[in-house]
Amino acid sequence: MSSNVLSQSGSKPLKGSPLMSNRHVGICILVLGIALALATPLLPAGLQRLPEALVLPFADVINYLFLFIKDDLGFIHVTRGIAGGVESLLDVTANLLYGKRRWPNIGPIPWTTIAVTAGCIGYALGGWRLALLGAGTFVWAALLGQWKWTMETLSVIVVAVPLAVLIGLCLGAAAWRSARVEKILNPMLNIAQSLPHFAYMIPVVVFIGVGPKAGAIVTIIFAVPPMVRMTLLGLRKVPPEVVESGQMCGSTPWQLLRYARIPTARTEILVGVNQVIMQSLAMVVLASFIGMPGLGQKLLQLLQSLKIGRSIEIGITIVLLAIMLDRFSKAWAHRQPEHHERHTAWWYQHRLLLIWIALVAGTFLLSMVLPVAAEIGRRQAFTLSKEFDVIVESLLTFVDPVTLAIRSFLIKDVLIPLRDAYLWLPFSAVIALVAGVAWRIGGRRSAVVCILYVAFIALSGWWDRAMITVYMVSVAVFVSALIGLPLGVWASRSDKRAQRLLVVCDTLQTFPSFIYLIPVIMLFGVNDVAAISAVIVFGTVPMTRYTIEGLRGVAPELLEASDMSGATRWQKLRTVSFPMAVPTIMVGLNQTVMFSLFMVIIAAFIGTQDLGQEMQRALSSTDVGKGLVLGLCVAFMGLLVDHLITRWGSERQRLLGVVS
Amino acid sequence: MSDTQPLISCRSLWKLFGHDPVAYLEQKLSGGEVSFDSLQSDGYIPAVRDVSLDIYPGEMLVIMGLSGSGKSTLVRCLSRLIESTSGSITVDGQDLRALDEKGLIDMRRNKMGMVFQNFALLPNRTVLDNVIYPLEMRGQDKHTRRARALEVIKLVGLEGRESYFPRELSGGQQQRVGIARSLAIEPDIWFLDEPFSALDPLIRREMQDEFLRLQALLGKTIVFITHDFDEALRLADRIAIMKDGMVEQVDTPDKIVLQPATPYVARFTEEIERARVVHASFLSEEIVGAPPAGEPLLASSTIHSLARRLVDDTRAVYPLVDDNGQSAGQLNRAVALDVLLGANTASTSPDANTAKDITAASL
Ligand SMILES: Nc1ncnc2c1ncn2[C@@H]1O[C@H](COP(=O)(O)OP(=O)(O)OP(=O)(O)O)[C@@H](O)[C@H]1O
Ligand SMILES: [Mg+2]
Repeated sequence: MSSNVLSQSGSKPLKGSPLMSNRHVGICILVLGIALALATPLLPAGLQRLPEALVLPFADVINYLFLFIKDDLGFIHVTRGIAGGVESLLDVTANLLYGKRRWPNIGPIPWTTIAVTAGCIGYALGGWRLALLGAGTFVWAALLGQWKWTMETLSVIVVAVPLAVLIGLCLGAAAWRSARVEKILNPMLNIAQSLPHFAYMIPVVVFIGVGPKAGAIVTIIFAVPPMVRMTLLGLRKVPPEVVESGQMCGSTPWQLLRYARIPTARTEILVGVNQVIMQSLAMVVLASFIGMPGLGQKLLQLLQSLKIGRSIEIGITIVLLAIMLDRFSKAWAHRQPEHHERHTAWWYQHRLLLIWIALVAGTFLLSMVLPVAAEIGRRQAFTLSKEFDVIVESLLTFVDPVTLAIRSFLIKDVLIPLRDAYLWLPFSAVIALVAGVAWRIGGRRSAVVCILYVAFIALSGWWDRAMITVYMVSVAVFVSALIGLPLGVWASRSDKRAQRLLVVCDTLQTFPSFIYLIPVIMLFGVNDVAAISAVIVFGTVPMTRYTIEGLRGVAPELLEASDMSGATRWQKLRTVSFPMAVPTIMVGLNQTVMFSLFMVIIAAFIGTQDLGQEMQRALSSTDVGKGLVLGLCVAFMGLLVDHLITRWGSERQRLLGVVS
Repeated sequence: MSDTQPLISCRSLWKLFGHDPVAYLEQKLSGGEVSFDSLQSDGYIPAVRDVSLDIYPGEMLVIMGLSGSGKSTLVRCLSRLIESTSGSITVDGQDLRALDEKGLIDMRRNKMGMVFQNFALLPNRTVLDNVIYPLEMRGQDKHTRRARALEVIKLVGLEGRESYFPRELSGGQQQRVGIARSLAIEPDIWFLDEPFSALDPLIRREMQDEFLRLQALLGKTIVFITHDFDEALRLADRIAIMKDGMVEQVDTPDKIVLQPATPYVARFTEEIERARVVHASFLSEEIVGAPPAGEPLLASSTIHSLARRLVDDTRAVYPLVDDNGQSAGQLNRAVALDVLLGANTASTSPDANTAKDITAASL
C-alpha cells in the first residue's frame, strides 16, 4: 500500500519522456539487473568482473600524494611539532595519573584520591547514584589490579577530549559564520563520520608513529566531527531575539558570541562534548592496534590468547568507565543552574568543595601511612578471573553442543552459500540493481550518485572483498531487524517497558564496540559466526531503540481515532502506528547499517576475509594509500545506504505531512 | 509639539526582503510602479514601504496593524537591528544609517533600549546578571553596575529575586527582567515590540499600570508595538496604523477614531467604542459671543465618562475648562451625544471635510 502512495504522488514524469515515471525507469533497470544476474554464465568476463586493466591505481596516487605532502612540503615537521606539543601534555597527565617520570614529578596520585574525587564530581552532577558510579568504577579498577592500564587509558582521554572539543568548537563556529566554510566542511564531515576507525590510524602512523601520542592524536581527529556538528546546530538554534537583545545592549560581535550565543547553545555544545568523550573512549580502546598502551591493549592481548575470564574483568572496567563518562557528561549537559537563597552561608554554598578538599587531604595522608591506599600491587589485587573462567567453562560445556551445532549449520548451510552467491554476482548486475533501486527512490540524480559510489569500489580493485563485507553486513542487518523490530513493538506496548528498554539501549550504545567481541568469542570462538554475531548484537541496539521511539511518537489522537473506528491492536499497529513510525524506524535502520559496517571492520581481527582484513594488513604495513582506499570503499557503502534511506524517508515524511 | 525638534525622524524608509533589494529598489524608484503587488510579483517581500515619521521627545508612539504589516520590521530598522533598503533615519541629530559599527554600538550602549516580545533573556544568567549585561558591555566597573542593576530591579518590582534564573520565573516576571535590562542604561529612546502580548489579561493589565507608572517617573520617548487596541488607547499619545508596510495614518487616538484618513483605518477602528476614546477637548468649539452659563465640564474627560451629565443636563452647550480651571472652549451637547450614541462620526467632527479629502486623495 505504502509504495503505491509513494510512487503516485512522489513521482513527477520525467522531462522528455512523460510516459516513464521514476518508478518505471527504476523497475526497468532493476529487471535489467536481474537479467544480468541470471545470465551470469553467459556473460563475457568483462561484465562479470572489471578487467584488471581498468582498475585505477588510487592507492598509488594517494601514497604519492602523502609522500609529497610529508617530505617535499615538509609537512612532517609540522606534524612532529604538533605531536611534540601533545606529548608534553600527555607527559603531565601520565605523571599525575600513573607516575611516569616526567615533569611535574608529583604523581602518581593515590587511587583513593581519584576515587573520592570521582565520587564528589558524581555527587555534584547527579546525587548519590552518580557518586556511587564514579567512586565504584575506580575502586573496581584498583581492587582488580588494573589501575595502571586504566590510568594509561584515562591519561590520553584527559588530553584528547579538551583538545577535540576546542578544535570542534572553533571549526563549528567558523562553519556557522561563513557559508563557504560550511560548504567545504560538510562533505568532509560526512565522509569522516562514515570512515571506519582503522582508516584514521594509518595516516597517523605515517606522520606520527606509534604509541600514546599517536593514540591521542588519532583519538582527537576521530572525535572532532560530532563536536563540529553539535556546535553548528547549537549556534543555529539560538533564538534571533536573544541575539538582537544582545545587540541592543551594545555588544560587539565577539561579546555576542562569548556572552550570548555560546552560553545559550550550552546544552547542544555539552551534548557534543558527551559525544566527543564517548568517541574518544571507543577510539582509545581501539588504538591498541597502533601501540597505545592501556585497557584496550590488554584486552586485545587477552582476547588473542583466549583468556576469557581476564577479558571479562577488563571488559567490565571498560564498560564501567564508559557508563561513568557518559552519565557524568550527560548530567552536566542537562544540568540547569540553581540559585541559593540569599544569606546562605559561604561554607554552605561551597560545602561539597570543602568536603572534597578534606577527602583529598585525608586520602593523601592515609596513603602515606598505608601504601595499599596509594597503590594496589599485582600481588595484593584480587581477581575474579578464576571464578569467571569456571562459570564460563560450565556454561560452555552446557551450551557448547548447541552452539557447535548452530555454528556448523550456519557456516555450512547458510553463510557459505550466501557468501558464494554474493561473490557470484557479476559487478554489472550489482550496479544495475543499485541504480534501479536508486532511480525508483530518488530519480536520476540519486541513481547517478549511487552508481558513482559503486563504481569507485569496482575501480578500486577490491570488489570481492567488498562483496564479502556486504554479505556480512546484510546478513547482520537482516537478523538485527528481525530481532529489533518485534522487540521494539513489544516494548512500546507499555510505558514502563519502553522506558526500561530505552535505558538498556542507551547504555549498550555507550560501550566501545570492541567490548561486543568478548561474549561472542566466548560462545563461538574465532570465526565468521562470531564476527556476524557481534555485528548483530551491536546493530540490534539502534534498531530496537528507534522502533520504540517511532511507535511511541505516534500522535495519540490518531491512535484514539483508530480505537474509535474499532481497530484491533494488530490492525492499529498495521494501519496507523507502523506507517507513521516508519520514517523514524528507517533512521534506526540507517544507524544499524552504519554500526554494522564499523563493527564488521573491527571484527576483522577475529579472522574474517573482507575489507577489514585487508585494512588490518594495510595498518601493519602502514600502507596509507591502500588503507584510505579501503576506508573509502567502506564509507561509500555507508553513504550509499544513507543517501537512499534519507531520500526515501524525507519523501515519506512529506507525504505524511510531517515537516521535519 | 511641532515646535520642538523630533528625536527620531525617518524619511521615505523602505525595507525589502529578497535578493539584492538595494539595486532593485533603486531601479524601481527611478521609474516604474512600486505597488505592493508589483514588488511581490518580482519575488520581493515589501515589509516597510515609504514610511516617513517624526517622533518627538517624551512622546509615546504606538504602532498598530495586522500581523505581517511590518511593525516589527519598522522598529528593527529604527534601531538598525536590520539594515534598511532605502531612505534616511535621523536619531538625535545623527544619521543612523551612516554610523559605523563603533558609533552604532555607542548609540545602543547609551541611547537606546529595547524590550522583546519573547523576553529574550539569557538563560544561563541570573536576573541580576541579565540586567547587568548591558552595563557589562559598556565596561562599567563591577560595583557601580551592580548598584545600578539592583536599582532598576527594584524599580520593576523584582526585589528579592535577583539570584533567580529566568526559567524559575513566571512570564510576567521574565518580562519585567526584560524591561529592567532595557532600562539599566537609562536609554532616551525605548523600543517595545509587543512586550505584553505573551501575558495573560490580568498580568497584562498589571504590567500596563506598572508601565504607566514607570513612564510617568522616567518620561522616555517610546515606540510601542501592540495588537491590542485597548492597550494602545491606554498608553498612546499618538497611534500609527500600518498596512502592507505603509503607515496609513499617524494621529492622536481621538482623530484616528473620528477622522480616519483611509477606509482601511476606518474599518480597523470600527469596533471601537468611540465615547471611550474621544475627549471633550477634541470636540470643543470656539466660544462665539457670550460664554455659556452654568457649571463647566472638564475638557480632559472622555465623552463616556460624561455620559450621565450629557443625558441629565439638557443645556445646548456646556463651557469647558482645562485641568487648571482655565476656559477651554465650549461643548455642543448634540455633537457629544452623537459620539456617545455612535452616530455617523464624519458629520459630527469639526473638520470632516479635510478628512474626506484625505480619504479621496489616498484612493
Ligand atoms: N528575515 C525576514 N526575511 C524575509 N521576510 C521577512 C523577514 N522578517 C520579516 N519578513 C516579512 O516581512 C513582513 C513584515 O513582518 P513583520 O515581522 O514586520 O510583521 P509584524 O507586523 O511585526 O507582524 P506580527 O504582528 O505578526 O509580529 C512579513 O510579511 C514577513 O513575512
Ligand atoms: Mg512583530
